[in-house]
Amino acid sequence: MGNFLSWMLPEGASTFVGDIDWIYYLILVVTGVAFFAVEIALVVFLIKYRKRPGGKATYVHGSTRAEIIWTSVTAVVVVIIGLLSAPAWNKIKGREGVPPNAMPIGIAAKQFEWNVTYPGADGKLGTPDDFTIRGQLHVPVNKPTVAMLTSQDAIHSFFVPSFRIKQDAVPGMHIRVWFQPTKVGEYELGCAELCGLGHYRMRAVVTVHTQEDYDRWVAQAAHSVAQR
Amino acid sequence: MATTATGTSPFTYDHGHAHVDDRSFIRKYIFSTDHKIIGIQFLIMSLTFLLLGGTLAMVMRWQLGFPGKPLPGGTLLPDTYTSGGVVLPEFYNSAVTMHGTFMVFFAIMPLLVGVFGNYLIPLKIGAPDMAFPRINMASFWTAVPAGFLMLAGFFVEGGSAAAGWTSYAPLSARSDLTGVHLGQIFWCVSLIVLGLSSIMGSFNYITTVINLRAPGMNWFRLPLSIWSLFVTACLVLLAIPVLSGAAILLLFDQTIGTKFFEPTAGGQPLLWQHLFWFFGHPEVYILILPAMGMASDIIANGARKPIFGYTSMVLAIIAIGFLGWGVWGHHMFQSGMNPTLGTTFMISTLLIAVPSAIKTFNWLGTIWKGQITFHVPMLHALAFVSMFVIGGLSGVFMAASPFDIYIHDTYFIVAHLHYVLFGGSLFAIFAAVTYWYPKMFGRMMNPTIGKVHFWLTLVFYNCTFFPMHQLGLHGHMRRIYDPTQYAFLKDLQPVNTFISISAFCLFATQFLFAANFIMSWFRGEKAPNNPWLDNGLEWTLPSPPPHGNFATVPTVYRGPYEYSSPHSDEDYIPQNVPTPGGGYGSPHPQHAGD
Amino acid sequence: MAHAAAVQEDVMLPPPSRAPGAGVYSEKLGMWIFLGSEVMFFTALIGTYVILRFAHPDAWAGHPKPHTPLNIPVTAVNTFLLICSSVTMVKAFAAAQDGIQRQLRLWLLATVLIGATFVGVQVYEYTHLIEHGFVPSQGLFGSTFYTMTGFHGFHVTMGVLCMIYVTMKAFRGKYTQADHRGVEVIGLYWHFVDLVWIILFTIVYLI
Repeated sequence: MGNFLSWMLPEGASTFVGDIDWIYYLILVVTGVAFFAVEIALVVFLIKYRKRPGGKATYVHGSTRAEIIWTSVTAVVVVIIGLLSAPAWNKIKGREGVPPNAMPIGIAAKQFEWNVTYPGADGKLGTPDDFTIRGQLHVPVNKPTVAMLTSQDAIHSFFVPSFRIKQDAVPGMHIRVWFQPTKVGEYELGCAELCGLGHYRMRAVVTVHTQEDYDRWVAQAAHSVAQR
Repeated sequence: MATTATGTSPFTYDHGHAHVDDRSFIRKYIFSTDHKIIGIQFLIMSLTFLLLGGTLAMVMRWQLGFPGKPLPGGTLLPDTYTSGGVVLPEFYNSAVTMHGTFMVFFAIMPLLVGVFGNYLIPLKIGAPDMAFPRINMASFWTAVPAGFLMLAGFFVEGGSAAAGWTSYAPLSARSDLTGVHLGQIFWCVSLIVLGLSSIMGSFNYITTVINLRAPGMNWFRLPLSIWSLFVTACLVLLAIPVLSGAAILLLFDQTIGTKFFEPTAGGQPLLWQHLFWFFGHPEVYILILPAMGMASDIIANGARKPIFGYTSMVLAIIAIGFLGWGVWGHHMFQSGMNPTLGTTFMISTLLIAVPSAIKTFNWLGTIWKGQITFHVPMLHALAFVSMFVIGGLSGVFMAASPFDIYIHDTYFIVAHLHYVLFGGSLFAIFAAVTYWYPKMFGRMMNPTIGKVHFWLTLVFYNCTFFPMHQLGLHGHMRRIYDPTQYAFLKDLQPVNTFISISAFCLFATQFLFAANFIMSWFRGEKAPNNPWLDNGLEWTLPSPPPHGNFATVPTVYRGPYEYSSPHSDEDYIPQNVPTPGGGYGSPHPQHAGD
Repeated sequence: MAHAAAVQEDVMLPPPSRAPGAGVYSEKLGMWIFLGSEVMFFTALIGTYVILRFAHPDAWAGHPKPHTPLNIPVTAVNTFLLICSSVTMVKAFAAAQDGIQRQLRLWLLATVLIGATFVGVQVYEYTHLIEHGFVPSQGLFGSTFYTMTGFHGFHVTMGVLCMIYVTMKAFRGKYTQADHRGVEVIGLYWHFVDLVWIILFTIVYLI
């Protein structure tokens, strides 16, 4: 029960962990230092400079030197954080960041379910061997998948915490979201944008397979969908 | 001076305006044009909505802490809200929405701008009242029906608005998606009406500060509370009309079938977000700047020292006002907008941390080498600084857009916004209410109850909101009725329960403040003119001041932060007391270490 | 009060030479500031129109050429009328500055009548358009057209009502050469509303 008080991020299962988690820890250290410095200074000053009989406050209006120092240090620190973060942003969300060999799938969000369209054996979306399954996202490990995300009604948001990926699904828009899982297993997908009464139960299961298991699953799933 | 359309100068220094008000009770206290009465009217209205907003939060916390368990008193509610006493998702989403709506629009904003803008501006600049007293009255009486309309949502079919206080389209535009029709319409109309109230107030405040300052009250002798209220009024003037426009578009989509946000007809859901957040980001600076300004006044007073870096503090307020217009896209990083915009908004958002940091360092500089008195307002003002630092630092995490991918729409954001709005604004409001209560009502609030309320609030507040950072880091989404649906959230339930119990204690503690407020009105110790030994012009007047404020127009000789000045035997010297040896004080404060 | 030591000198010093303030009387300053909020309001509506039109130009197919549902000639005349009413407003203000009551009253009356005519023509155009099926719910064109022109028309109507109030005051002789603030202030609002219309007419009707 102790780890939910931790400042560590939970374990992740995609390449984005490597892109994003270090940014978090960097900011945690920077803001942690700032936090302790300021709060400790505050407490120390409150104790040291509390009113004493016969005491007199120092009549001073400020210090231009101090202003210049703390303004420039803060500005430099935040700009550095921005510059360090920009590449990850471009990689994950940028149009050019999507790997060219990524497997295409379609994800259509609606109240209150996720419908995933798979490309079938030919690996291409928009062909007759595509099939759609509700509530289950299956992907192969160590390969990139790119989803064309849309919504059929309200705005939803595709959120897989373990993959560190989130993207709003907007009706009328088709938005690319890609990821590359690194660990076989089962993960959860939740909706991260209030979308109505069933927003809280708009859950899906994400299964990351080995390549062989994934191929087997595709064949079997396409078959059962065809049987319906 | 340019030719005016009146023959007389607008600045008549021959007499003050204070006089006995012998009009009827209705003209004096109900339809009053006196800025002090209007400020108190806003105070009563806002504190009522603060209580209502808090109650709705208790409903949310009950469901989150004890999901599926009957709410105490739940069986008394209609079966559209609870089933067997258990909160229904309909009521939960409604509570989420109305908690935010009440708190932002009907509690914090009117408390800071409507109450203290009204009460402090004329007094602190040496004016008899606002530039337009009747428009001031109209501003309050326009806010009241807006409030009633917002409340009315709970009593119509379908219940209140339930699409979040941010009301994203198309969810908010289509009653088939929310199950709510009239409630969403009322939400839009109420905000349009409230917007008129705010705009009226804003141009009144701006004109008053520009034109009605007493002789000698030049811009760099204004207290920071007034600077911040002035810049805030500029933000209100320019941002609220954009919200009004957006709300009108949404209202038309809801009622007359326009297609602004309807994708099948070419409408753009993201248009709502751009319009809303173009308003919404300046709005959050509206919700913090007056708090910062008043905290500055109180901290200088409590430390018995001039504000450290007054000019920097003014420039920081102005910088926040300007930069605040260029960051709205950080609310939309994950919205599907062009990713390049994400990078530009990340940079502008990180930069806006700088003026807030400057202010924090200057507050520390103010108490450094002071003679700190821990009166109740000072306690709250110091907590404001301490908690605001946490809120501001947590903002850095979400400013970094790649990490925002993970924490957007999680409880990390909820933690951040409550640290700045409660830890920041609300603590500053507690400070300000306690500080100016004697001037408003002629009585002191009880300091013992004040201190107990302060410490309990500080502890329960941190127990409630700090763990929300951890929830967010574990991926706990916002606005979800039942987190136990997710395996990755089930293990976090003890945290939710702990937060809920802390929240109940926090809410209960506020009744101490309410009791202190009400009891002191009738039985509080009678207040002297200047209980805090403050330099501001309002403290030279009786508590409460007469109608028309100043019997003779004050002349201002120096800034408001000349505590422990060598020019005075006391450790304070009011702004309108001439400097021994003549002269008008230096126009620019001395700097140490130049 | 324990400031005896402070007050013994200084009492006879003259007040500071510079009086704080904008040098503009409050009602006029207030109106200029209020108009800032109106600029933001119309910018939100016009910005919406621009965004939607660029994203979905086929919702405006045929407009303004070869076939628009709007009556551009009639509206062009209406625009001319509104501009005339700004001229009459300027004449009214000049008369107030010169203290000529008769001219003030007549020019104000003219402004009211022309303004009311403008609104009347707009209402007529709306009924005509609705009869022909061009309604707010027809699509993006209808949505933006009615919202922008409708709110402008609402602002003109409020202006006409205020103008009637000012005219009535003028007929009671309440404005003098020394103090005619109300005339100047309503004039500012009126010119603003006219300027917004010129912009709206151009981008909604002509482009």
